[in-house]
Amino acid sequence: MVLFYITLLLVCQLAGEVVARLAGLPVPGPVVGMVILFLGLMVKGGVPADLDRVGTALLSNLSLLFVPAGVGVMVHLGVIAEEWLPISAALIAGTLVTIAVTAWVMAALGRRP
Amino acid sequence: MSADLESIWVYLAATPLLGLTATLVAYQLAQALWRRLGMTPLLNPVLLSILALAGFLTVTGTDYRTYFDGAQFVHFLLGPATVALAIPLYRQVGALRRSALAVVVALVAGSVTAAVSAVGIAWALGASRGVLMSLAPKSVTTPIAMGVAEQIGGLPSLTAVLVILTGITGAVAGTWVLGLIRVRDPQAQGFAIGVASHGIGTARALQLGEVAGAFSGLAMGLNGVATAILVPLLVRWAFQP
Repeated sequence: MVLFYITLLLVCQLAGEVVARLAGLPVPGPVVGMVILFLGLMVKGGVPADLDRVGTALLSNLSLLFVPAGVGVMVHLGVIAEEWLPISAALIAGTLVTIAVTAWVMAALGRRP
Repeated sequence: MSADLESIWVYLAATPLLGLTATLVAYQLAQALWRRLGMTPLLNPVLLSILALAGFLTVTGTDYRTYFDGAQFVHFLLGPATVALAIPLYRQVGALRRSALAVVVALVAGSVTAAVSAVGIAWALGASRGVLMSLAPKSVTTPIAMGVAEQIGGLPSLTAVLVILTGITGAVAGTWVLGLIRVRDPQAQGFAIGVASHGIGTARALQLGEVAGAFSGLAMGLNGVATAILVPLLVRWAFQP
């Protein structure tokens, strides 16, 4: 059954790619695949144990999956060295502003009964 | 190095086995080091493995493409992993229904702020178009961010690094900002950290408590979808030819 759910994830991803392209959606295929699986879970009304096992195996090692793309930084060292100021300012200030705005909006709306 | 060892290296350097194995070994060593040194967010295992592997490739004179021939097997799993994010999202459906209005408004505000602030600041300081487009999706989890970057003309591999650095920034400084603006509601705290700094932030939010952790995970999933939809539209609108 584990193999079945691995296949299911791939089928959702594939369907997502097809839907995104056919509909001309400005969204990556795997994201559409995620929505498809989400709708499937809503219809089914629960997460099958083996799907949970496959999902947990993938998501508990999620950060490993970032590594190969991240190593690509070596290709872009030139760009980063050249534009280090805008990049670091955008990373630090942008992230902190985003946390402040989101938290403030959520807290302001959440206070109402 | 003897001629024998050298010919073995020449053989191995050209097979996918080396890139794949090096990735798994580097990651597990980085994780062990991170655990031993008290799991400080600054020593993020992803960051450590990237630095170690980039160093290894540079020293051995291996180019990134050769490495990626092997590492692509790991990279490929980002697709199915993105699909699997539906599972934690589904589990938060109850919490989502209860605070639906606050969640939707805060999500849109946060998602737009993340993209506009990053691109705005970098643009004001003279960043190039490729860097701007690579920064726009920086607040969401890597598989989604890379897909968006590719679509709007950024450099997906640069985006991957920017995403990781964003996550570390949010994890390190998030609670400081929340203290500064005096937001003490754990739902809002978690949601804000998740919107701004995805999975790495979520790991930090989990340390704040169960509610903050759950809302951070929820925010990470929702902002993945919101960013995938909003950022290409914002870019199309702001950079019309």
